[in-house]
Amino acid sequence: MKVTFVERNGNLVAKIRGEIDHHTAQNIKNSITNEFAKSNAKNIVFDFAHVSFMDSSGIGMVIGRYKELQKSGGRVFAINIGAEIGRIFEISGLKRIVPCFAGLDEIENNLGVGI
Amino acid sequence: MQNIFEMKFLAISQNQAFARVCAAAFAAQLNPTLAELNEVKTAVSEAVTNAMIHGYGAGCDDEKWIYLRCQILDNEIWVEIEDKGMGINDIAAAREPLYTTKPDEERSGMGFTVMEEFMDEVVVHSALGEGTVVKMSKKITQ
Ligand SMILES: Nc1ncnc2c1ncn2[C@@H]1O[C@H](COP(=O)(O)OP(=O)(O)OP(=O)(O)O)[C@@H](O)[C@H]1O
Ligand SMILES: [Mg+2]
Repeated sequence: MKVTFVERNGNLVAKIRGEIDHHTAQNIKNSITNEFAKSNAKNIVFDFAHVSFMDSSGIGMVIGRYKELQKSGGRVFAINIGAEIGRIFEISGLKRIVPCFAGLDEIENNLGVGI
Repeated sequence: MQNIFEMKFLAISQNQAFARVCAAAFAAQLNPTLAELNEVKTAVSEAVTNAMIHGYGAGCDDEKWIYLRCQILDNEIWVEIEDKGMGINDIAAAREPLYTTKPDEERSGMGFTVMEEFMDEVVVHSALGEGTVVKMSKKITQ
């Protein structure tokens, strides 16, 4: 498991590589929380392009960031969701609170830059 | 076809990926689609994680075993995950979506819902102070 970051126009993109389960969720959470604190970003974008597996530990981890950002008026988005993680998003209702997009460009096109 | 496989492993989080991959590799004998295989893998991951964090709680201990038993019966895969931990107080409540006894640890209470969604049948037996067995089955389309 590895997380790399890109910051663009107020969005911190967290590219997660590997599997998200209880074993890895805590480390992913910590690295995102640390990076977000250092950044000037307002929103967090989870990039799932290279996530090969996710169970309900991932749901809790994403909702955790959503609740945290709610306090500062920030938002949480997801990009590059495949069919399998898409089903986890649907079953859990995550889709309703964490909007899913094809990529960062689509988020900026839909919501404007610098929100 | 009929086949059986059984193992036990320590309840430490390093073993989560190991256990679900073992179950999926066994189920692969039925030639499932990638989606079906992922469903079995995810359901096993949910039950194994529950055994570790709810059944046994934190801390490594030589006595904390999790048992994984798999069986293939015709075109159906059966998976059983057992812990000898604290047990579930109210099984019906535990199976409700969003029900969790650990909300402070970023748990969403969706584990059982995922198991039910991804498998055909989920049966839970549990006794306080004795442990929990989750038994799940899924027909593989061939
Ligand atoms: N093996 C077990 N031993 C004891 N209690 C359990 C066990 N499995 C589940 N539970 C109880 O059932 C509840 C619901 O489980 P479920 O997997 O649906 O949600 P969760 O584990 O709390 O959260 P999530 O799976 O979304 O991270 C748990 O919070 C726990 O109280
Ligand atoms: Mg769970």
